[in-house]
Formats: sequence, C-alpha cells, structure tokens
Amino acid sequence: MKTLNRLFAAFFIFAALCAGNAIAQEAPDALIKRISQDVLDSAKADRAIQAGNQKRIQKLVETKILPHVDFQRMTSLAAGRYWHDATPAQKQRLTKEFRDLLVHTYSGAIAQIKDQTLQFRPFRASPSATDVIVYSQVLQTRGREPIQLNYRLEKQAGGWKVYDINVLGAWLVQTYKGTFATEIGKGGIDGLIKTLADKNRALAATPIKKAR
Amino acid sequence: MMFNKRVTRLVLVAAAAAAISGCASTGGNPKDPYEGFNRAMFSFNDTVDRVALKPAATAYRDALPGFVQTGIGNFFGNIGDVWTAVNNLLQGKVEDGMSDVARVALNSTFGLLGLIDVASDAGLPKHREDFGQTLGHWGGEAGPYVVLPFLGSSTVRDTFALPFDFYGDPWGYKDPVSVRNIGRGVRVIDKRAGALEAGDLVEEAALDKYEFVRDAYLQRRQNQIDDDGEKHVPDYDSESGVKPQEGAKPPASSAAQR
Repeated sequence: MKTLNRLFAAFFIFAALCAGNAIAQEAPDALIKRISQDVLDSAKADRAIQAGNQKRIQKLVETKILPHVDFQRMTSLAAGRYWHDATPAQKQRLTKEFRDLLVHTYSGAIAQIKDQTLQFRPFRASPSATDVIVYSQVLQTRGREPIQLNYRLEKQAGGWKVYDINVLGAWLVQTYKGTFATEIGKGGIDGLIKTLADKNRALAATPIKKAR
Repeated sequence: MMFNKRVTRLVLVAAAAAAISGCASTGGNPKDPYEGFNRAMFSFNDTVDRVALKPAATAYRDALPGFVQTGIGNFFGNIGDVWTAVNNLLQGKVEDGMSDVARVALNSTFGLLGLIDVASDAGLPKHREDFGQTLGHWGGEAGPYVVLPFLGSSTVRDTFALPFDFYGDPWGYKDPVSVRNIGRGVRVIDKRAGALEAGDLVEEAALDKYEFVRDAYLQRRQNQIDDDGEKHVPDYDSESGVKPQEGAKPPASSAAQR
C-alpha cells in the first residue's frame, strides 16, 4: 500500500513538473496567440462584457491577461532612472497604481470588441532569445484601418512575460516615460503616485464605454 | 464666400490669441521647444473637436448603415492611394508603388469607382504614404513637434511637406467646388469616426493628454516612416531611450548583452 502511495505521489509530481515545463516552454508567439484569441472569443460570447459590465471585464483581464504581464518591470522602465531613488514601498504603490490604470484602459479596449479579428505576422526569433516581439494586427470592419498591436516579452523563470505593448506604432512604456518624468519633476515619486491614484479614482467612477 | 472669409479670420484670431496666452510655459522636452504654443493649439483643437467634429462623427457613425460608411471610407481611400503610389515610388519602393497603382486600377473599375476595396481581397494590401514620410525616408529630420490648427500633431518637416500633400490630393481638383468641399467635409468626418474609440481610450489612459498624444504621435510617425519595421525598438536598458538598429534585427541580441 505504502509503495503504491509513493508511486502515485511520484507520478503526480512528475505530471506536475511536465505541465509546468510545458507552460514555461510555450513559445512567446503561441502564448500571445492563445491569450488574445481566448480574450477575443470570451468577449464576443459574453453579452455582459459587450454591454460594458465593468466587473466582468475586470475579471476577464485579471484571470486571462494579468498572470502573463510583468507590471513591476513595466513600471520600473517607465520610471526610468527615477526608479532607483524610490523606496520599496513607493515602488510597490507606483506599480499598483500604474497597473490599475493600464487594466482600466485595457478593459475599455475589451469593451469595444465586436467583430474584430486577429492576424499575426510570422514570428522569427532565435530559440535562445530572451527578449522578443510578437507582431499582430486587429482587423476591423467598415473599411477601417487595421490596428497594429505588438507585444514585447521577456523570458523569465515562470515563463514568458509581457512588459511592453505597441499600439498603432507607439510603445506604451516609452509613451508613459515622458509623463512619468514630468510628474516626478513636479512632485517627486509621491506626486506621480498621487496623480495616478486620482486618475484611477476618477476612472473607477465613470462607466466603461461599450461596443458599438 | 464673404461669410467663409469672416469665419476664417475669426478662427485665426482666436487661434493666435490662444497661442499667445499659452507661450509662457515650456516643459523642457528637447523634441518640443514650442510647447507653450503647441499646448495652446492643442487645447484649441480639442475644443473644436469636442463641440463640432466629435459630435458630427458620432452622429455619422450611429446614423449611417455600416456598408455606407465602408463605401465612403473606401472611396476616399482609393483616391488617397494615388498619392500613396507616388510617394512609394518617390521612396524607391517600386514594388509597393506598383501594387498601389494596381490597387487604384482595380478598385476604380471592378470596385465601382473605389466604393468596394476589391484589391485588398485580391491580396494587394493598402499602404499609406505621404510626402512627409518620403522626406523622412531619405533622411529628412523630423525637427521639433508642432501642433497645427485643425490638423493636429505634426513636425516641422511634415508641415513643410503639407503643401505637397495638398496639391497631390486628386480630390482637390474635383469640380464643381461645392462637391469638392462637401467631399472634403465627409472625408474628415469619416476619418474622425474611425478614431472615436481610440480617442476614448486616450482620454482614459493619459495623465496629461497633451503629453501622451505627443509622445505617442512622434513614435507612431517614426514607425510609419520605418514601415512598421523593427528599426526603432526602445532600448530601455541604456538611458538614451531609443536605439536605432540598422537592418531588421530582432531585439534578441540586446537582451543577450544584459
């Protein structure tokens, strides 16, 4: 009996390791394809999301997207050289507020999903690369131009993590860098945290604009 | 005509007054030495958009059937492809330029005067090139950021290129003038309608809308000149910001150095 138990335990550990390994080894383009298709399908199938139900969208973002994003790295890059001056507590609060802002914006984008489809550019990066870009496009109807949407990922111990997004040709971190520097110049790290927190409160009070 | 002139003058005076009042402040971004002027122009444009353009575009989007909007967008898109073709050829991108010529030929005939974009379905993708991109392609420096009245974000280089784009627009020769002007209006509203959702997102994402739009625009513009290539991937590890990479090199190597 004991032997059997041990055998079972060994088997489960082995299976768990394999599963963990499989996730860690999922190629970055496959990961992005899987997540974005998943999000797109979920949004299209969910009337509450299309109606702009904030809680539902937030949940979708938190379960499907957030585990694959490294917000700490994003925040540190956007803060640039000021990051080193921040205390651990400030770093934590800044990351949280920036994360909330991006989640809210992303939720707004998801609420607008209706009849869009995705297209991926062939992925080419050497297998040993640890910093890659996945290129995609959101195709729209009504003769509208496609929206360019690229993801920059870094290989980490727990698998590939997104740390920058390019929308319509502009990298998010790069775009926020200037704003962060200005706000920090005006009121220090705490000033930036406060501005972000105020913005987040204002956003939380306004309903998400729904899809047309 | 008289009325038109008077309105134009009024708008110019208002814009100038706004510009003068805003000249005091500058944020110190090296790419934006005219920040005071630009901010004033930005808020002027923002007001015009809020009270006139955005409501018109919203009504347009909500009232007209989707296929009509598609037709309008395609029609002006087809006309715009002529100037895109010229600029692709001017940049030496012969293959793209010839593809654009074929697009116009296909869409103007089988696409019923451009109303249907049959060329895209036939595997000839739409490009978008203007004279500013042509100058940029041949190494023309963007110069400082400029916000133009009504037209919005631009750079000194692209402002110089603007008259060429104006004269290179076939619709500008459409007779009679009344049809030409109505067409111009519709084109502007259709374009704005396509950016309504993006505009809402910018409102949500930006801490300072002016700064956000500027910093995103300058990147986007460079990206258009690079043709969505991989040349200007930000190098966040060095503090210099953007690292220009010669040739299409994936960013893998920059990570390897870490």
